[in-house]
Amino acid sequence: MKYLIIGNGVASLGAIEGIRLTDQDGAITVVSDEPVPTYGRPLISYLLAGKIGKDRLALRDEAFYAANKVELKLNAKVAAIDVKARTATTGAGEILPYDRLLIATGGVPFRPPMAGLEGEGVYSFTTFAHAEALAEAAAEVKKAVVVGGGLIGLKAAESLFDRGVAVSIVELAPRVLSAAFDDKAGAIVSERLGKIGLKVFCNVSAKEIRRENGKIKGVLLSDGTFLEADIVVVAIGVVPACALAKDAGVTVDRGILVDEHLAASEAGVYAAGDVAQAPDMLTEGARVVPIWPNAYNQGYYAGKNMAGDAASYRGGLAMNAISFYGLATTSVGLVNPPADDPRFEVCDIVNAEAGTYRKLVFQDDRLVGCVLLGDIDGAGLYTGFIRFKFPLDAEAKQKLIDGAPSILMWPENFFDANWNPVGAKETV
Amino acid sequence: MKKVYPNKEVCIGCHLCEVACLTAHSKSRDVVIAYKQEKDALGLSPCKTVVHAGPACVALSCRHCEEPACVAACISGALTKNRETGRTEYDEGKCVGCWSCLMACPFGSIRRHPIKEKIVKCDLCAGRDIPACVEACPNWALVYEERGEK
Repeated sequence: MKYLIIGNGVASLGAIEGIRLTDQDGAITVVSDEPVPTYGRPLISYLLAGKIGKDRLALRDEAFYAANKVELKLNAKVAAIDVKARTATTGAGEILPYDRLLIATGGVPFRPPMAGLEGEGVYSFTTFAHAEALAEAAAEVKKAVVVGGGLIGLKAAESLFDRGVAVSIVELAPRVLSAAFDDKAGAIVSERLGKIGLKVFCNVSAKEIRRENGKIKGVLLSDGTFLEADIVVVAIGVVPACALAKDAGVTVDRGILVDEHLAASEAGVYAAGDVAQAPDMLTEGARVVPIWPNAYNQGYYAGKNMAGDAASYRGGLAMNAISFYGLATTSVGLVNPPADDPRFEVCDIVNAEAGTYRKLVFQDDRLVGCVLLGDIDGAGLYTGFIRFKFPLDAEAKQKLIDGAPSILMWPENFFDANWNPVGAKETV
Repeated sequence: MKKVYPNKEVCIGCHLCEVACLTAHSKSRDVVIAYKQEKDALGLSPCKTVVHAGPACVALSCRHCEEPACVAACISGALTKNRETGRTEYDEGKCVGCWSCLMACPFGSIRRHPIKEKIVKCDLCAGRDIPACVEACPNWALVYEERGEK
């Protein structure tokens, strides 16, 4: 069996680990246009902030690829896929035959139409190369504008600020972190960033990047405000890198459509990670949820299926853990339910003194979402209630709302099956 | 592989497992020094947690899952699955304290280190034949055995 994996993000690594559970011998080839083996992509903000060195980026040790008999082709690009002949052709003209193909090409930063965007001084922040370029720029500049107040934008802003750059964040939505958080959590994060010295502008968009002789002077906002800047980071989201799949005739919606086996429309073709539109644990239909754990899990399940172990992926669960200047936050599941849907019940508690926030979202008698700020120690237990979909009575709900989730609230048989499964030695 | 299995029917909530765990993971390996000095000064904390709910109680720690949610969520490569030993391994040197694993583990078996930007997780007492918690348990509420699970 010949396996070909396009891309070397965490989905690719998950696939290698998934394939090797079943098939220790099949040839695995990974083609990546990046110069380094799989790294902790979110670590680029730690790298830019100077918290870790390049030596800490690799996600697995040096021996990993050899131990798993993987041929790694770096700095190489796949130019075309022929799903009938089951081959891929690289930019250099090399033809790579496969029996099973995984497309794990990830996402590409979205660049909005904006006057002055083309030219020097505009950066993205999703790859090791971006982080290196920004680190180099940060040493020379004084002011930066970050367009986009999502996770990537805020981490870029924080990291640049740590390098001594004055940073302004521009966000179109009424709050930062609009996807993962709600107004209250967004406000607490904004306040924290403001206290540290970052400027946050919400409800406004970047209209134009003003330049003088090609050099950036600043950013003009839709409300007329002009923010001086030497560089601009555009971080308003990523879009699935579907072009290769689309050109090959693989069915693409928002991402590459895959079923519960991570199989795409064409025989022998699979997709995983930020490029895939895959089943979700909480909602009907397939969604693109470009987050790290989903990418690994999808890759892992794609790998298992590619190797012939017909394993069903249980569906992705949206989750993000991120810290801003010591303020730890987690967001899991469905955290912004439709306001007028009576099936949902939202409970949130702000403790301004302790600097903590806890929001729980129930759908009928199940917990479906949880946001925690500050006190995040119970995050995993809440995730358990979301993932295992335990029905909750009023008393159980109240315990969760009070911040006291416990494994002893689990149904008896579920507890035993997971913690003390059959075969338990009789006590003496 | 051998795992630690907790039996809540006979757990009496004595917390001796926590004491043994803390001591086994201390520098001094001395119960008094571990509690009186290392706990406060170094943030030494047990991987084991005894959970109570009314009369019910049970001692829990990392299950070393077959498909660990923590490994999938780990952004730094600090958490990995060793397919030979079956253990879910943790390399503190690689951890950046992002808390992704803590959020992803549906068993709540990962905690924050009280001082360092690191996590605390059961390592099945690397280097010991029988984990300290199991050895210390006075009434078989914790057992370390092979049950045919992967």
